[in-house]
Amino acid sequence: MYETIVFLPLLGAIIAGAIALVGAHNRFPGENPSPHGDHAAAPQAHGHAAPSVHGAHAVIHESHGEETEHEPSAAGSLAAELITSTFLVITCVLSWVAFVTVGFKGENAHVAVFSFITSGDFHSEWALRIDPLTAVMLVVVTTISSLVHIYSIGYMEEDPYKPRFFSYLSFFTFAMLMLVTADNLVQLFFGWEGVGLASYLLIGFWYYKPEANAAAIKAFLVNRVGDFGFSLGIFAVFFLTRAVDFDTVFAQAPSLVGRNFHFLSWDFDALTVVCLLLFMGAMGKSAQFLLHTWLPDAMEGPTPVSALIHAATMVTAGVFMVARLSPLFELAPYAKEFVVFIGATTAMFAATIGLVQNDIKRIVAYSTCSQLGYMFVAMGSGAYSIGMFHLFTHAFFKALLFLGSGSVILAMHHEQDIRHMGGLWRKIPFTYATMVIGTLALTGFPLTAGYFSKDAIIEADDVLKGAASAYGFAMTVGAAALTSFYSWRLIFKTFHGTPHDQHHYEAAHESGLSMRIPLAVLAFGSIAAGWPFLSIFTGHGADAFFRNSLTLTTADTIFEEMERLPLYISLAPTLMMIGGFLVAWLFYIKRPDIPVALARDQRPLCEFLLNKWYFDEIYDFLLVRPTIWLGRLFWKGGDGFLIDGFGPDGVSARVLDVTRNVVRLQTGYLYHYAFAMLIGVAAAITWFMFAGPH
Amino acid sequence: MTIGLGHYLVVAAILFTLGIFGIFLNRKNVIIILMSIELILLSVNINLVAFSSFLGDIVGQVYALIVLTVAAAEAAIGLAILVAYFRNRGSIAVEDINLMKG
Repeated sequence: MYETIVFLPLLGAIIAGAIALVGAHNRFPGENPSPHGDHAAAPQAHGHAAPSVHGAHAVIHESHGEETEHEPSAAGSLAAELITSTFLVITCVLSWVAFVTVGFKGENAHVAVFSFITSGDFHSEWALRIDPLTAVMLVVVTTISSLVHIYSIGYMEEDPYKPRFFSYLSFFTFAMLMLVTADNLVQLFFGWEGVGLASYLLIGFWYYKPEANAAAIKAFLVNRVGDFGFSLGIFAVFFLTRAVDFDTVFAQAPSLVGRNFHFLSWDFDALTVVCLLLFMGAMGKSAQFLLHTWLPDAMEGPTPVSALIHAATMVTAGVFMVARLSPLFELAPYAKEFVVFIGATTAMFAATIGLVQNDIKRIVAYSTCSQLGYMFVAMGSGAYSIGMFHLFTHAFFKALLFLGSGSVILAMHHEQDIRHMGGLWRKIPFTYATMVIGTLALTGFPLTAGYFSKDAIIEADDVLKGAASAYGFAMTVGAAALTSFYSWRLIFKTFHGTPHDQHHYEAAHESGLSMRIPLAVLAFGSIAAGWPFLSIFTGHGADAFFRNSLTLTTADTIFEEMERLPLYISLAPTLMMIGGFLVAWLFYIKRPDIPVALARDQRPLCEFLLNKWYFDEIYDFLLVRPTIWLGRLFWKGGDGFLIDGFGPDGVSARVLDVTRNVVRLQTGYLYHYAFAMLIGVAAAITWFMFAGPH
Repeated sequence: MTIGLGHYLVVAAILFTLGIFGIFLNRKNVIIILMSIELILLSVNINLVAFSSFLGDIVGQVYALIVLTVAAAEAAIGLAILVAYFRNRGSIAVEDINLMKG
């Protein structure tokens, strides 16, 4: 069964990929499709399908007329859609079965697939490790993925390259399942890179858009920074334990306490270094503070991709990794404090940026970033199961918010700027209702899914003593208010008030059935994923559920303390949520002039937030431009001048120069040759007469 | 004044030099080059015969006869090439013969 769960999406990806390849071959029967013809044809066909982020409003108006004439879908689109979606639904059902089997009946599984790498004393087996932690992730990944597959059938209807899209989606699902079922660090890394590749391919799916390409490359490169740390961490783990599989590493972990790495003249605590390096990978993948810049840009990809990869599953891989390695992190208190610090900073920082963004997808993206920060706060506090709880609930409501945004974007003909929306609730009531449910869950409205998990994180931080958790508590509570504000701002500006763009407003239409069903399922999940699962993620139920897959020594004391928490602490997040809602209501419903005045009065602050704390500019100045400068130096100076000037090209050029001169000696005139001969003879005779052998 | 070996050698040297300069300074005609080569060979012959008589050794004169034979053969082949060349290219001016130019 577990092999089926993991490899069925791969099979789907291969089939859909084959359909895409055959289709491309039939479309361009010559050898290679001419890149120019392809490029020229594609943007025209997608004129309306290419969401323009920065303005370009007028262009969209004009493109309405040509909406009917778009490139036909690739052959076999329907087959690709049906095959991949069916496979994913099967996988999803099997995953829920696995969840019950592993989680509640307590039957962990370990499926050996094959031997991956054997080199000296380095062994890496390819095996599926199914324990409760994996089971939770399996359910999250396959549920969201199957819903996104179904949703994409509707969302990508006008796109001519559907088989390719579905192939990528299924491939992503496979890589993600590989990641969560990994039995050792190398296999985890394989899945880790696989999802990175799928993310790159899907962000750049509309490859004829320069922004999409730039965003894809950016996502890939920023992730490489994190992966550099991750791979160093894996090396360090192997160096310390001579093994990479989790069981061996965790068994040896307690004996590593107190060991040091000697580097130059310093000694570092080995476990702290290992955990910090591994966490660096998590920071990249989960878009945490300092390595977050790629996530908002990744919104260039199609919206279902944003929902699946950049909200619900891939970006939570970092959280999963920390949970999986909880036996290590539990032994490295400084690393845990660092995790709390980064998580709390991200939660606050991303929320402040979310306040002023105007792109509907970017608001949700910053919200994702912020919620990932919450999860890391929980992880760093040692409350791993609570972090997993938030991961679980967040997947539902964030996927819902993204898919809802996609529905809005489609209704508005690929308009993403919320300043051009307004009053849409009359036009698309179904999307409105689901978006409100998603927002309630995100802001932690009592009894929704987000309420239980988010409050648990905030409470967990309050009961812990220490500067890091105090900082974590303050930041997460503050961010809760901001989350509420920007989420309701999104709702109010999109669905309430007066339409700012009458033309789009009139044309707005509710999405098709294949998009509404996933929205409905996710809306149900956003409400229902909280209460029924509360007992298995928090309290003593967590020990019984997760058993050995998480180290819950710290968490147990947290759970006990949480029960004795004063009322005002438990109410703090809810009060913050209500406060944020009221401010948003005041700003965008009651007195729309206040935010305008505020933006005018607080110009520098507003600019600071609008420019995302100038992170892109700082990185551009500190990293990108020096790198480009260095690259140009090596290119022009190193390669062009030194290597080509004095290396192979230089030598050949000198030889050519010499021969060009020698050639001029060959005049072709007989008497010149004769003269040369005579001179030679005379010289030879002279030599023999005066200096010859005596 | 008796005519000794030195005089013969001087005449031969003058002839040789004329032959050399005939090859270099001539810019007109390939036939002149052939003639110059004959001159050079003759000057060598004079040397051979002069030394043969001076040393009383007959071998030098035998060599002179061989050189004459070779010179005759060379002239015949040279002229034949010349004729063939003229038929092909329509000119035997030295200026025009530079096919071997690099």
